[in-house]
Amino acid sequence: MKRFADLYSAIDESTRTTVKVAAMAEYFRTADPADAAWAVSFLIGRKPRQLVPTKLLRAWAAEAASIPEWLFEESYHAVGDLAETIALLLPYGESAQRVDRPLADWVENHLLPLGNMDETDKRESLYRSWAAMDPAERFVWNKLITGAFRVGVSQNLVTRALAEVAGVDQARIAHRLMGEWKPTAEFFRSLVSSETLASDPKQLYPFYLAYPLETAPEQLGDPAEWLAEWKWDGIRAQLIRRRGETHIWTRGEELVSERYPDLHETAAALPDGTVIDGELLPWSFEDNAPLPFAQLQKRIGRKNLGKKILAEVPVVLVAYDLLENAGEDIRERPFSQRRTLLTDLLERLPWQDRLRISPEVPFSTWGELTHARSGSREKRCEGLMLKHRHSQYRVGRKRGDWWKWKVDPLTMDCVLTMAQRGSGRRASLYTDYTFAVWDRPGGSLLTVAKAYSGLTDAEISRIDAFVKRNTTDRFGPVRAVKPEIVMELAFEAIQISPRHKSGIAVRFPRIVRIRDDKRPEDADTLDRLKGLLAVSPALSANDETGI
Amino acid sequence: MSTDLLIRDERGFYCPPGDFYVDPWRPVERAIITHAHSDHARWGHRQYLTTPEGAGVLRVRMGPAAQIDTVAYGRSIERNGVRISLHPAGHVLGSAQVRIQHRGQVAVVSGDYKTEADATSTPFEPVRCHLFVSESTFALPIYRWKPQSAIFDDINRWWSANAARGLASVLLAYSLGKSQRILAGLDSSIGPIYVHGAVEPLNAAYRRSGIRLPRTEYVGETVKSAKSTGSRLAWAGSMIVAPPSAMGTPWMRRFQPLSAAFVSGWMTIRGTRRRQSLDKGFALSDHADWPGLLSAIAATGAERVWLTHGYSAVLARHLTHMGLDARSIDTQFRGEADVADADEPTATGQPEAEVAGAAEVEESGEDVAAS
Ligand SMILES: [Zn+2]
Ligand SMILES: [Zn+2]
Repeated sequence: MKRFADLYSAIDESTRTTVKVAAMAEYFRTADPADAAWAVSFLIGRKPRQLVPTKLLRAWAAEAASIPEWLFEESYHAVGDLAETIALLLPYGESAQRVDRPLADWVENHLLPLGNMDETDKRESLYRSWAAMDPAERFVWNKLITGAFRVGVSQNLVTRALAEVAGVDQARIAHRLMGEWKPTAEFFRSLVSSETLASDPKQLYPFYLAYPLETAPEQLGDPAEWLAEWKWDGIRAQLIRRRGETHIWTRGEELVSERYPDLHETAAALPDGTVIDGELLPWSFEDNAPLPFAQLQKRIGRKNLGKKILAEVPVVLVAYDLLENAGEDIRERPFSQRRTLLTDLLERLPWQDRLRISPEVPFSTWGELTHARSGSREKRCEGLMLKHRHSQYRVGRKRGDWWKWKVDPLTMDCVLTMAQRGSGRRASLYTDYTFAVWDRPGGSLLTVAKAYSGLTDAEISRIDAFVKRNTTDRFGPVRAVKPEIVMELAFEAIQISPRHKSGIAVRFPRIVRIRDDKRPEDADTLDRLKGLLAVSPALSANDETGI
Repeated sequence: MSTDLLIRDERGFYCPPGDFYVDPWRPVERAIITHAHSDHARWGHRQYLTTPEGAGVLRVRMGPAAQIDTVAYGRSIERNGVRISLHPAGHVLGSAQVRIQHRGQVAVVSGDYKTEADATSTPFEPVRCHLFVSESTFALPIYRWKPQSAIFDDINRWWSANAARGLASVLLAYSLGKSQRILAGLDSSIGPIYVHGAVEPLNAAYRRSGIRLPRTEYVGETVKSAKSTGSRLAWAGSMIVAPPSAMGTPWMRRFQPLSAAFVSGWMTIRGTRRRQSLDKGFALSDHADWPGLLSAIAATGAERVWLTHGYSAVLARHLTHMGLDARSIDTQFRGEADVADADEPTATGQPEAEVAGAAEVEESGEDVAAS
């Protein structure tokens, strides 16, 4: 565990990818394969579900630290992270109690069993574990048992480190990591093996993800080389038909075949050796258009999929791409060819209502396409996708061939209430801001968003000077400031959120400009934001950043 | 007890029967100074009183014109029937708690203190009293310092690893106290040690007081002599100790390629560590941690406790629950700043000389100009 905690710190402390990759490669090379398997699993985000409810964890940690609840809350407030608060609060264990068990031992014999323990045993087991660890280990441990483990490496970097260790192509590692596998020593050995391995019929391909288009589309050159589709707001998925069986995977690499019986009949008509990339969408056959995404969320929340819900919220797969055709991996062929094969395949199906091609949005000039994009919201789409007609189907998020071109965001006017220093070259400036709106006109301010991007250097120094001169409260790096400055924030979506004090949450907030023309009392009210709920797209499952 | 043995007025902590202040933030006639950090030792008082060990660094900070008197730890003096004595606070060289006794009542103003003994200051000694004025910079149970030996091991390991990669190591730390404490913990077999112009004169003051520090070279000197001989400077593998205000300056960039770290108690928290555009943060502080504060307060036997700096409200609440008469007192003390605080303008609009941290700016500014 100590070594894994060290690896975590090495990755966490560095901003340099070379340092992170080197640290991982070193770990993979030297760690026991059983430990390395778990490490890979955690690093790429396959974390255990929450094993101890947060509420109990708080209570037990306060008890173990011999402090009252209010003091625990004060500490949590200063740290801002539960796992870390607990890691720091507990006294250093007596060195006699410290045990450095291998990661696999911790996970298999101490962490996972927590799930089946009653409360008393859980508490005992946690106390013993905490006492055996130093704060760095405890932090990682607490993150794991709360299901909140995250570390600053992309899957791409993990595969890079593994590829380096294995001496094979990175794409092959990425492919081996897809789908279902158990983190065992055996799995790790095959993961870093230099030989070609027999493939599992369920095995999915890594998804190709688009970058947001931030320039004018004209920069992309000749419109004739590009194909536009709607950017559907559903769940990205891969439909696999092999050896007479259907498998459906989401982009989160969850096998959800059983959750979508709607698709089985159609999928059964596909020839063996077919893999389709598409979007799961709740569909209205009357309107021939998607239902609101919230409907799908409702369906996902159901334990049992009764006839009623299946009839109320039918799901279709809107097909984007064909990755495997007649058992052949065709990801390296040009997109236009793959799309022709896909169209042919779907047209030959006896039923086409459940599996439908994502239609092309026709255009001959960028102006026409810009116009088409403005109709996205009415179509319950987030905007457009632009794909180069010659593009290969690549692994992960890559620039250049695929772009998502979203509709203009929603905006709000907020008051700056708190500031924190930035990172990188702006570490000495206050660049990270907290914003609030009024709970009612003339009422009090409620935090609605945190944002740090969007201002020019000159504007940042101006706000920095303001913050330093108008601090009302300070602790460590955070400063509360006089509510004087109004800024306009853009965001992608807004949603009801009981977790937030304001009752709402916005997605991807960013600063548009400083509104010097507005006084703080002119900033928006909560009511106005709630009014936007109706026109906002729902926060979709494709939203990986979350709020 | 008599309430006017000690009061807090607009200038700072005042002893009416003795007619003197402790660490006042506005100019006064007589100021007893617990230690030379800029939020405790301000310019413009007519008379300063501190310990002989502290006088050297106070002189560096206040300049040759200041009138500085001294009284040794544990020796007492009298003023208007008030007995005054200074006792080790373990914060920086010569730092003192001020004990004030009048008509059987005792008040102690701790200034800043830490309970772990270190090689560069006289270890903290609890003093029994009725009223204890304690700092509370890190008064949250999350602040529990690792033993300094473990931190020094971490620092030396980091330095060696940097040296192996051909990098210079830059440690950013308070120039008074923290820098010398770090220097005393460095393993000088790893490489040469250089210091910033803000640190150099304080090192000299420490050495004059008999504190053993490893051999250090003043960067300004090194640069000058290299210029005169036309030799190339090689910083790879060396350690450079500089104040936080040096961060991101051309002065610092000359050591590239480098790895930089900040040494502060605030580095305990991951978010704060990551927020610095630095490679590393070491949680070493010259202030007491949570267990340190509680044990120190308990050891005074005081039934009344006034709290200054940082999380004073939290500690006041905790002590109240424990049955003490504790309250948070608003002061202009600043506690331990984080990395960019040293070069900040003040919120209070006071003249530059009185601004906390101004001393850091001045000294580093001079060095930057000279380079
Ligand atoms: Zn101090
Ligand atoms: Zn202080």
